[in-house]
Amino acid sequence: MAEAVIHTENLTRKFGAFTAVDAISFSIGRGEIFGFLGANGAGKTTAMKMLTGLLRPTSGSASVAGFDVRSEPEKIKQNIGYMSQRFSLYEDLSPKENIRFWGGIYGLDRKTLREKSARLLEALDLQEAADTRLSSLPLGWKQKLAFSVAQLHEPKIVFLDEPTGGVDPVTRRRFWDMIYETADNGITVFVTTHYMDEAEYCDRISIMVDGRMAAIGTPDALKDEFGVSSIDDLFIRLVRPTPIE
Amino acid sequence: MIAPSAVRIAEVGKSFGAVKALGRVDLDIPQGELFGCIGADGAGKTTLFRIICTLLLPDRGRAEVLGFDSVSDFREIRRRLGYMPGRFSLYQDLSVEENLRFFAAVFGTTVGENYDLIKDIYSQLEPFRERRAGKLSGGMKQKLALCCALVHRPELLVLDEPTTGVDAVSRREFWQMLKRLKAEGITILVSTPYMDEAVLCDRIAFLQKGSVLGVDTPCGITGLFTRPLYAVRARQKYRLITALRRYPHAASAYAFGGSVHYSDKRPAADLRDLLAWLDASGLEDAGITQIEPGIEDAFMALMELQGETGTEGADG
Repeated sequence: MAEAVIHTENLTRKFGAFTAVDAISFSIGRGEIFGFLGANGAGKTTAMKMLTGLLRPTSGSASVAGFDVRSEPEKIKQNIGYMSQRFSLYEDLSPKENIRFWGGIYGLDRKTLREKSARLLEALDLQEAADTRLSSLPLGWKQKLAFSVAQLHEPKIVFLDEPTGGVDPVTRRRFWDMIYETADNGITVFVTTHYMDEAEYCDRISIMVDGRMAAIGTPDALKDEFGVSSIDDLFIRLVRPTPIE
Repeated sequence: MIAPSAVRIAEVGKSFGAVKALGRVDLDIPQGELFGCIGADGAGKTTLFRIICTLLLPDRGRAEVLGFDSVSDFREIRRRLGYMPGRFSLYQDLSVEENLRFFAAVFGTTVGENYDLIKDIYSQLEPFRERRAGKLSGGMKQKLALCCALVHRPELLVLDEPTTGVDAVSRREFWQMLKRLKAEGITILVSTPYMDEAVLCDRIAFLQKGSVLGVDTPCGITGLFTRPLYAVRARQKYRLITALRRYPHAASAYAFGGSVHYSDKRPAADLRDLLAWLDASGLEDAGITQIEPGIEDAFMALMELQGETGTEGADG
């Protein structure tokens, strides 16, 4: 594999007697699109919080973008991008203001920020809406903007937490065009989704079940390994081995 | 014989200030049907449902629900209707059991009276009876909300995006429950952004920008896709999509699970020519098979016809 941008060994997090993440070990390479799947409550959010430097592991280790999650969480935050469906941009600010605000948070100087802002608004075809309040823009545009803003500081890796929820199927696929392009530029993309067809767009995926990694590999290899025809079937098989009827 | 209407919407429109949430919508949903509303955020689904639930007044047009007028007879409708809003709206500080008892009391009934209707669902919640609703997991909250909407045995059940943000397994279980409720004779109106759930409805309406683009059975909607459709596979997916879109005869190329769905502008695609094109683009391993279109293909083709992709309104 190319140089590892994320590497974990027996990464574990307990809350009291409950083990939310149970000794997971994996590596993700540069420019890889990695799909992080699992049922609600399987431990995805807890794992992501550890990888983004927001939560200390109970035991085990992880390095992200070359930094240790335990001793250098602030360094990690400076070197990753993060976007979630629920929280990313300020609805009361315009696209331009959001870019300026987040550029400031990431410590970009004025000149760089001005140039980046102009380039980004052009690339997203948002020039006409540059000064419109975000709340009146279509969700699909906001998601694209949020994804770009998460990359303002040129991170090595971008975490996307259910980035495509609630948009139409065409807009969803346009968003994936952006993901592919980002990965093509050597940036690692770590993405969670409940759309199982999107899992098949990833280079590799993992499926978490009860805090453990029940499967990890390329979509094709996993389908072969478990003898199923789709990731949807694999997911059902792993998450609910005996269906309740 | 045609069943009487559970919901009849005629020329209903609704605007919020300058934002037109619903253009001019007509819908007729017979009793006993499992009817789906499909559309992106901002398509107008929530506004339509709130009008049906008598929570919003239409600017124009008329909505008749279970034979009653949504404006003048709203009390009659509310007594007969179960509504599960998109946002979790139970009392977070009350326990599972207290929430259910509360909703039963509001509707002048008891949990025991209609217990058979909710038994299947509630039994899964029983271990957490004493837990506060706010402390439940997403899937459990959704089940409790469904129980509370059903406790008075409504004739019509209105569910606004009940499976958004819910994992694939819980979604499947939720639809099994809906099927059982339909068998009990309850008319169900449900909205979803997931195209795979559309197939599970008797009929579906596709909403986009406040208008109904089409109402039909899942089969009927799929039948709207008339061009030949091909699944193209290659190891380098991004390169494949880009190459297909650059192909001079391409009508559309969209990623679909493990392959790319491609349709051609010509009546029949020249597959040999297409393979040569892909080969020249560095995709020597590409393979093509003709396939039957699915519901998502049909919806995307419908959206392309309207030329309105990706520009849906700002909010529900």
